[in-house]
Amino acid sequence: MSDALPTPRRFPLTAGLMAGVGGLLGATAVGWLGLPPNVALLLSITVGVALLAFALGRVMGWSDRWMVIAIPLGWFLVFFLVPFFVLGRISLSEAIIARPPYSPLWDTAPDGSIEILASLQNYGFILGESLYRNAYLSSMQVAAVSTVFALLIGYPIAYYIARSEEPKRSILLLMVILPFWTSFLLRVYAWIGFLRREGVINNLLLWAGIIDEPLVMMQTPGAVYVGIVYTYLPFMILPIYSALEKMDGSLIEAAEDLGCSRLSAFWLVTFPLSRPGIIAGCFLVFIPAMGEFVIPSLLGGSQTLMIGKVLWEEFFSNRDWPVASAVAVVLLLLLVVPIVLFQRNQQRQQEAGK
Amino acid sequence: MPSNPAIAANTRPWRDPAAKPFISIKSVTKRFGDFTAVNDVSLDIFRGELFCLLGGSGCGKSTLLRMLAGFETPTAGQIIIDGQDMGRVTPDKRPTNMMFQSYALFPHMSVEKNVAYGLMREGKSRAEAYERVGEMLKLVKLDQFARRKPHQLSGGQRQRVALARALAKQPKVLLLDEPLGALDKKLREETQFELVRIQETLGITFIVVTHDQDEAMTLATRIGVMTEGVIKQVGEPRQIYETPASRFVADFIGSVNLFEGQVQSLDGSQMRVRTTDLGEVLAPSAPGLSVGQTIWLAMRPERAWMTRDVPPDGVNTVPGVVQDMGYVGHMSSYLVQLANGRVIRVTQANEGRRDNPISWDESVHVSFDPPDFRVLTE
Repeated sequence: MSDALPTPRRFPLTAGLMAGVGGLLGATAVGWLGLPPNVALLLSITVGVALLAFALGRVMGWSDRWMVIAIPLGWFLVFFLVPFFVLGRISLSEAIIARPPYSPLWDTAPDGSIEILASLQNYGFILGESLYRNAYLSSMQVAAVSTVFALLIGYPIAYYIARSEEPKRSILLLMVILPFWTSFLLRVYAWIGFLRREGVINNLLLWAGIIDEPLVMMQTPGAVYVGIVYTYLPFMILPIYSALEKMDGSLIEAAEDLGCSRLSAFWLVTFPLSRPGIIAGCFLVFIPAMGEFVIPSLLGGSQTLMIGKVLWEEFFSNRDWPVASAVAVVLLLLLVVPIVLFQRNQQRQQEAGK
Repeated sequence: MPSNPAIAANTRPWRDPAAKPFISIKSVTKRFGDFTAVNDVSLDIFRGELFCLLGGSGCGKSTLLRMLAGFETPTAGQIIIDGQDMGRVTPDKRPTNMMFQSYALFPHMSVEKNVAYGLMREGKSRAEAYERVGEMLKLVKLDQFARRKPHQLSGGQRQRVALARALAKQPKVLLLDEPLGALDKKLREETQFELVRIQETLGITFIVVTHDQDEAMTLATRIGVMTEGVIKQVGEPRQIYETPASRFVADFIGSVNLFEGQVQSLDGSQMRVRTTDLGEVLAPSAPGLSVGQTIWLAMRPERAWMTRDVPPDGVNTVPGVVQDMGYVGHMSSYLVQLANGRVIRVTQANEGRRDNPISWDESVHVSFDPPDFRVLTE
């Protein structure tokens, strides 16, 4: 606890000092480190906000615990909440050919009255247009199916690693993490080498005489699933592994001792106890898979409709920032609302157990 | 020894050579790679016993217990429980239940669900199972905690849940792996008697693994002392303490002063022994000894007498100096240095308030009553 509370009088001084330090840091970053001005601006804003939160904390007499989270909180504010509000604001405008390419939210008429231009028409548009609805639905489907596959493949792997003895376990874990040492893009491109007409798989199958005609694998939904499951599999394996690894092995023995077969001991004890890992893994796969656009655009064909791709096209091909922003905001709400509800439900269940 | 042998045979079947053992461990060996955890152990345990396997860590006692439960398969040998060979029987089909050292309570289930677990697997109806759960929780005095989760219980309460869960299926044999290891001293002492009460109420055969000799002495009908994969001695607590068979057992159970010496002369029930530390002393003779043989005399610290003056009869008396003392309340423990530098341990009961107890740096005489020596040849 802060025992020496500075008097409120000192607050403007501190705040000024903090903003100054932030600004100075930004200037230094531009000058010495050669960072682009916009990066330097963000950097100095983060530092400034964190320091401001710090100063505010001193004045308000917040506990030291709050001070410690001030920097991550500042980071969250600057890099998540502020951009989110910027998106939200743009989504309320209309696309115009100008810089920036969207209309202001209000206009001051010559008689001095203020005319509100903001509207929800972009939201009405994307919710009414079947293109967007279908894109959301098919993204959700792709993400859900990929998550199920990642779980089905990832769980046995995690289980096997958690049951392995020490030197082997570290090696297996390393093998799960190793692909991250290569660029994600390169790894997706590598899949093209496997899946295309003259790719590794087709050549192998032709050589073995299993098929006579090369299979069409590229530009299919299947290729998108393969790419997504492959890319996000480690995010499923690692949380499940950590849940299983924490588990006391004698629990399984106790279940067997009390009359369970191996299989029922797994379903009644191991599986429920690994649930937190499964849930975390599913979130970690489902959420990024939902917004994925690199994998479908590289491996999928034109018929693979995913919201990430639509979003990208709205921003960069159509240059319709307001509609693109609305698409992004809806996507975010679609993801955040169920997660919040789920978390609250979990918490309630936990409290009910007490 | 009890005066009535009929009673003895009834409550102590191991004293009756014709009694049929309930559990037979026959030449059981367990190897893990190069390491032999259990080495050719044979042991008979009788119905209704509370048998303690006592030994230090890594002595093989837990491995032996896990082989009884079916978690480990013997490399060689046979285990028979109630006439049935356990060779190919998996843990879930054995008439044994185990109480784990970590308790292994299912963290995602309430106390009553934990206790009901084994009963539900047996295919009992809910009503039947929960009636039994109620009985079990009453037995371990936890009936008002049925709805709690394990993490909301104290260590002692968890221990009792584990006991109730293991007993719920009415096993023929209950295996307990360090059942009191995680409890603090006071609770452990209370729980020891509680465990004995439950065992006597239910009449189930208990096999307890422990490293704590006090625990083994309090609980057990018989103790098997283990070291390096073998059982060194099996006997009732009193036998193990009073008549240890080897230096290892004498030293492991309680504290002991060991004196090496050679037999000087044998004279009926007594013999003269030449020791380096005590000089020539009188000790009880034992069959099979010969003059000149190297033996060890074991002496419990509480059987030695310590006085300021030379005792009148002067038999087996050595002078020494009090090097250190510890006051424990009901007794005081002394370290006495003999003339040749050897330090021995002597304890004296604090009966009544003595005005002038022997203290540091005093010169004393320590005497040993010849029958109190235990003669050991290994």
